[in-house]
Amino acid sequence: MPSPRTFLVTLFILIAGHSHSIHASEDGALLYAQNCAVCHGNHGNGGVGVPLALPDFQYAVTDRFLELSIRHGRPGRIMPAFNQLSDKQVKAIVKHIRSWAPGKPISFPTITVEGDPAKGKVLYQQNCAACHGTNGEGGKGTGVTFSRPRGLPIIAPALNNSGFLAAASDQLIKATLMNGREGTPMVSFLKQGLSEKDINNIVSYVRSFENQLSANPVPRENELAHTITYESDYSVEETVAAIKLAATGKNFRVIRIQNLDNGFVEENKEDDRKVIIYFCNFEMVNDALLIDPRAGMFLPCRVTVVEKDGKVSVHAINPKWLSYLFNNAELNRLCSEMLQTYISIIEEATL
Amino acid sequence: MISLSHFRYLLIVPAFMLAFHSSIVQADTLLMARTTQDFPEAMLKLQETIKNKGYVVSRVQRIDIGLTSSGYKTDKYRLVFFGKPQQIKELSDQYPHLIPYLPFNISIFAEGEETLLVMVSPTTLKENAYPELDKMLETLERDVKEIFAIMRQDN
Repeated sequence: MPSPRTFLVTLFILIAGHSHSIHASEDGALLYAQNCAVCHGNHGNGGVGVPLALPDFQYAVTDRFLELSIRHGRPGRIMPAFNQLSDKQVKAIVKHIRSWAPGKPISFPTITVEGDPAKGKVLYQQNCAACHGTNGEGGKGTGVTFSRPRGLPIIAPALNNSGFLAAASDQLIKATLMNGREGTPMVSFLKQGLSEKDINNIVSYVRSFENQLSANPVPRENELAHTITYESDYSVEETVAAIKLAATGKNFRVIRIQNLDNGFVEENKEDDRKVIIYFCNFEMVNDALLIDPRAGMFLPCRVTVVEKDGKVSVHAINPKWLSYLFNNAELNRLCSEMLQTYISIIEEATL
Repeated sequence: MISLSHFRYLLIVPAFMLAFHSSIVQADTLLMARTTQDFPEAMLKLQETIKNKGYVVSRVQRIDIGLTSSGYKTDKYRLVFFGKPQQIKELSDQYPHLIPYLPFNISIFAEGEETLLVMVSPTTLKENAYPELDKMLETLERDVKEIFAIMRQDN
């Protein structure tokens, strides 16, 4: 047995090594690769997330905007809040993002823009609502998402989002309105004929969204069950046939019926008391993938029928849990619809 | 000379340090990876890596084929179902509430010249009432993270 002294020395070496790895993780490139690249691209070219390397973006936003965006995320808009990162780590990531656009980052005076939000509202509806939504809710989906066809090269941000409002200063919003963003549909509204006073009014209106912020629309994890489970008084075969019929009746195409262990064991050894029915409505799949291309992991729809100890039960995922996983309020409506569809199919098959 | 009582006391400090360091690593709800490999190469490598980790790829669902045949435009998009035969059996026998998530799957889709991989973090399915299940889900999560790390090696 090692002596206490030897044990302590070993322990402290281990901790020192652990601390070193944490210190090393303040390497911005590494932190970016670990936390950001999957959505924003290895070189900031965008994807599920916005293209951070876009020169006009880089030269229009402050370090503070980037830091606060990382810290707060965009609740309900895919971009998560990175609360687990230290301030040093956040700054290291921002420094790395800045390496794509050499030069001194822009800074704005911390002066509140004075304007008339009522007049700004009228101007907003005329000039901004088409892209940013009537209530500043932003365009559908997010980022540039190369995997799906898009009408726009970049999705208009949600201006009424608490994360955006916390990160963007009045002066930053004003500068964006005045100068536009080259390489995106955001044009200079000075060039479009608005005056600086008009732009101040729009900034005041956008800032007034802070007074209308609703609670985070994404359900909390503990509010949601992972699955839906029903009991069936029928046999496995009868229940499977009834699910198939009910799904077809709801405009779904049954694409596959298989035993749960299909592909894991030899065909003649499969457990035919655990059966998965896959069914699909491709319009719904397309809608879900347009909102978030990652949502495909829960598609196509599937229901599993299981017999255990003579009792038959029916199991499906709870689609509403998706909204929590994806931090995407837009998926709420679709997930609620999917949940009702699952329930009605299973109830029809088991009642 | 360090006495036994000092030894115990001294252990408390590093224990707190380690506990703090562990707590700052927040669980992710989604595991994701981006690879600079194009879709066909990434798809091959993913299946190979899954197998090398001791799992079986039971099936590949071609989401893009169904979409395009229904008139929708999409880039390549597949679901790779995988697991270990015994694990799938035990999980479905002992934890029926997990059945809808079985077999596990990784979605893989093209984004331009690159490829993205996404999976629900298995530990989001943890249930405090079942420590053995939690341990299994933690192992699975560690394996998937390693698979994704291998996939990122081409970046």
